[in-house]
Amino acid sequence: MRWLWQGLTTSVGTKFLMALTGMFLFLFTVAHMVGNLQVFAGPDQLNAYAAGLKKLGPLLWVMRLGLLATFVAHILCAFSLVKRNEEARPVQYAVKRPIAATYASRTMIMSGLIVLAFVVYHLAHFTLGWTHGDHFALRDAQGRHDVYRMVVLGFQSPFVALSYVVAMVFLGLHLSHGAASLFQSMGWNRKKYSCFFAGAARGLAMLVVLGNLAMPLSILFRLVGQEVTP
Amino acid sequence: MNLTLKVWRQAGPSDRGRLVTYEAKHVSPDMSFLEMLDVVNEDLIARGEDPIAFDSDCREGICGACSCMIDGVPHGPDRGTTTCQLHMRHFKDGDTITIEPWRARAFPVLKDLVVDRSAFDRIIQAGGFISVNTGGAPDANLIPVPKPDADKAFDAAACIGCGACVAACKNASAMLFVSAKVAHLGYLPQGQSERDARVRNLVMAMDAQGFGACTNTYDCEAACPKEIPADFISRMNRDYRSALLKGDA
Amino acid sequence: MKLDSAVPSGPIETKWDRHRSEMKLVNPANKRKFRVIVVGSGLAGASAAASLAELGYSVHCLCFQDSPRRAHSIAAQGGINAAKNYSNDGDSVWRLFYDTVKGGDYRAREANVYRLAQVSVNIIDQCVAQGVPFAREYGGLLENRSFGGAQVSRTFYARGQTGQQLLLGAYQALERQIGLGAVKMSARTEMLDVVVRGGRAVGIVARDLVTGVISTHSADAVVLATGGYGNAFFLSTNAKGCNVTAAWRAHKRGAGFANPCFTQIHPTCIPVSGDHQSKLTLMSESLRNDGRVWVPKTAQDRRPPSEIPESDRDYYLERRYPSFGNLVPRDVASRAAKAACDSGLGVGPGGLGVYLDFGDSIRRLGKSTIEARYGNLFDMYKKITAENPYEAPMRIYPAVHYTMGGLWVDYHLMSTIPGMFVIGEANFSDHGANRLGASALMQGLADGYFILPYTLGNYLAQAGNSQAKEDQPEFVAAASDVKARQDRLLGIRGKRSPDSFHRELGKLLWDKCGMARNAAGLKEALAKIPAIRAEFWQNLAVPGTGEELNISLEKAGRVADFLEFGELMCRDALVREESCGGHFREEHQMADGEAKRNDADFSHAAVWEYTGEGKEPNLHKESLTFEHVKPSTRSYK
Repeated sequence: MRWLWQGLTTSVGTKFLMALTGMFLFLFTVAHMVGNLQVFAGPDQLNAYAAGLKKLGPLLWVMRLGLLATFVAHILCAFSLVKRNEEARPVQYAVKRPIAATYASRTMIMSGLIVLAFVVYHLAHFTLGWTHGDHFALRDAQGRHDVYRMVVLGFQSPFVALSYVVAMVFLGLHLSHGAASLFQSMGWNRKKYSCFFAGAARGLAMLVVLGNLAMPLSILFRLVGQEVTP
Repeated sequence: MNLTLKVWRQAGPSDRGRLVTYEAKHVSPDMSFLEMLDVVNEDLIARGEDPIAFDSDCREGICGACSCMIDGVPHGPDRGTTTCQLHMRHFKDGDTITIEPWRARAFPVLKDLVVDRSAFDRIIQAGGFISVNTGGAPDANLIPVPKPDADKAFDAAACIGCGACVAACKNASAMLFVSAKVAHLGYLPQGQSERDARVRNLVMAMDAQGFGACTNTYDCEAACPKEIPADFISRMNRDYRSALLKGDA
Repeated sequence: MKLDSAVPSGPIETKWDRHRSEMKLVNPANKRKFRVIVVGSGLAGASAAASLAELGYSVHCLCFQDSPRRAHSIAAQGGINAAKNYSNDGDSVWRLFYDTVKGGDYRAREANVYRLAQVSVNIIDQCVAQGVPFAREYGGLLENRSFGGAQVSRTFYARGQTGQQLLLGAYQALERQIGLGAVKMSARTEMLDVVVRGGRAVGIVARDLVTGVISTHSADAVVLATGGYGNAFFLSTNAKGCNVTAAWRAHKRGAGFANPCFTQIHPTCIPVSGDHQSKLTLMSESLRNDGRVWVPKTAQDRRPPSEIPESDRDYYLERRYPSFGNLVPRDVASRAAKAACDSGLGVGPGGLGVYLDFGDSIRRLGKSTIEARYGNLFDMYKKITAENPYEAPMRIYPAVHYTMGGLWVDYHLMSTIPGMFVIGEANFSDHGANRLGASALMQGLADGYFILPYTLGNYLAQAGNSQAKEDQPEFVAAASDVKARQDRLLGIRGKRSPDSFHRELGKLLWDKCGMARNAAGLKEALAKIPAIRAEFWQNLAVPGTGEELNISLEKAGRVADFLEFGELMCRDALVREESCGGHFREEHQMADGEAKRNDADFSHAAVWEYTGEGKEPNLHKESLTFEHVKPSTRSYK
């Protein structure tokens, strides 16, 4: 397996890992959003969905660990690349003007770190129940974990909703570059359809952001879950 | 027109260096950027001062010797142009222009605006060639090369090795330079025997020289005076992937 | 000085092949014990260094540029000739040989030219195998075009960047050998002297242009591939760094300099725009395939070209040379442009320009065809002049481009100093008094890939190891000469920059020893050059020291050599009382203004021997005999 290690630790190989893990995480955000959009279908639908996931048992843990490993690998690769890149230019320019580089492409590490911070907060909020233990403990009529009320109660707080909105802006920034860039890194881009790839990937990323924004905003403005009170 | 120049002056590799302000007077719009520097240098010599050192040779945009970061853009504001072919009509009277050397660990500054780009040569040594000795080549028309392939190979081979891609890249990455060589030889039937080994060796050499990795920002393509497309980078990634998976462990 | 051309006997068609099999060989096991220094890394130098290393010699290659890939061969645009006859239009080795001898106005050595035409076919094979992306037909085979006045299509090309692609091929072969440890490469290193010991060239003195360290290098043979001296004129199409220093230093150490007055003026360059001009830009003469050259019929016609009707235009090349028209050879086209401008018909600033008009071709072939053929050249023109050649005709003017003269070499490419070989533009051999388009690349690569590797081996097999070492007195003395000269340049601390002297010399040479020369002008130049030189050595300003990267010092050393060389150029032009090729003496012309050659008295290469500081050089003559191509008046009518 030396060949694999050697091949993947070069600058190009590390970018493969970056792209593959990024692609996996991107697909996860799509699936995650689709699942969560069920909040618009009402409490029963969402709580049933959540209970269904729980029922997967060990499989859920395999998925969670896989996701965690991917996430960690993505971050480790990012740090390895950042280190390499910073070492490659020890003296900075006095004046440097980007020509074609988009803001998103130049700030991947910044948007990535913000998303990382958000993910930690998001897990503490909804998965581990550390930030709002009372919301997390709620049960619905059938005794299921009342995800619906937990979410609605959370997003009714302007502070929480706003933090999600800000995080989604940065996730969007991160994905708008990353989703298209992974095709280039993997060598899937060809001139004749790179435009399509980039466009489709960016479009999908925007959908994720819009879908994810729809939830906190519609709850904050009491379009959804207005019946729920603390 | 009259211009204010802020020029990076650095006596030698170990000097810290700093920006020094000069006035460039009576600049004609028909001058090339380097001719404008020539005039500034003539003034400096007349005053007994050390002229600004910069690389230049052919002054027709093909040798790749000239460099210069001009107001934060390699080879200045005109797209698809080397500094020697950049004319002063792209500036206006009263402008202040900042001129710096390429900045990269792999391109150490030797003096003022002159950097050492021999890292590029060392990359080519690692496999940027087809291993044929002189003599014994078969007739040139023995192997037909489809015109689209020959044209693509040429597009990639048009690289002049100036280093603008590295200078423009936020990571000082040499991906565009390396991928152009991989594509040039990879499009031709003559380059197939060594195709896998070449891409592996060139990528490893690029890393060993201390260039950064690619973030796909495409500033390299925008800065390239020969407008070599970043599509070649994708092609190199593809070649590298296939080389990684193929062959014996 | 003895001039033995060493041309082998036998029929011209088999001379080289037979000689190749008769030359002495070096035992493969001994090759690495022979040290060869190659100075210069252009087409000739890089191809020679790579090929010699492949054979097993220990090669040390130097170039003054920051990388061997930057040598000025890279700027050649048009193409490379080869007698492949792929176009089935009647080309052959014989025809290429014939055209080159005739095109050179019968001032080249027949045997060398024949060999050049023979190996031309191998060059294309070699370059294709290296991955040079030549232009191709849709069927995948190589495309050829007619170029520079040839009546067959024998020119291989890679868009307008043939020189670049061929050089990258040679450069990559060289880098491969560097990577294998077979070549030691010293970039940013300038050769400043040759070391001669016991009558044999055994090494060089070089300066590291970054650190200023002056070092000596011993060898068993020295190869100069240092290009031409066109920059003597200051303004030329050569790269800024091109210089005569290596050749001139070798000349002062005993190498004969042949035909220094043979300089080529290229007809299609962008005219000078002002006093700031640092160099001239050539546009491939392939432009003349579709562009028509004209000037207004009346002097001082200030109308824009679009407002000048056909009836008021003089398509002077088509008028004077109906059979070749706009495709006459370079010397003829250049002189005709000068004649038009001298009679006040020139266009553009200062009246130094003629129109090259694509209007008819664009109407006939469409803009897209013209764009496909010349797009990059049109872009370049637009970039430099801010005028759009698709709409208004280009303005062009001749400029110094190539030098046919150079260090004299025998059939083996060896100079009059045994052990010192000279290849590419630096030697005088193959182009006579005028070089045909697409022949420079051919000659550089022929010398480096296919001739020198044989003849150098033949020399080493006979001469053996030079036993040269850097601590021998000849090396120490040469290094101290170089150091003393550098200290002298640095010690003047005068007022004028090296460039200002260079411009002054260049203008004088262009006026008096340029496209047209006469005895009075040449004598005037011969009187003035020593005066410029004297001022140079009293009033030169070189800031800084010798122990650093010092661009003024580099220039100063080169200008000092041009100031000596320029005199030899004028002297050679003065004694050659005839007009031939690029050398046009106004006293020697036909009634219609065409060049008048004097075969009875000047069918020779004029070889100059250096006799010492301030002394007149000696003139030797290698007489040229033409057994196969009978000299006739070159007529392109």
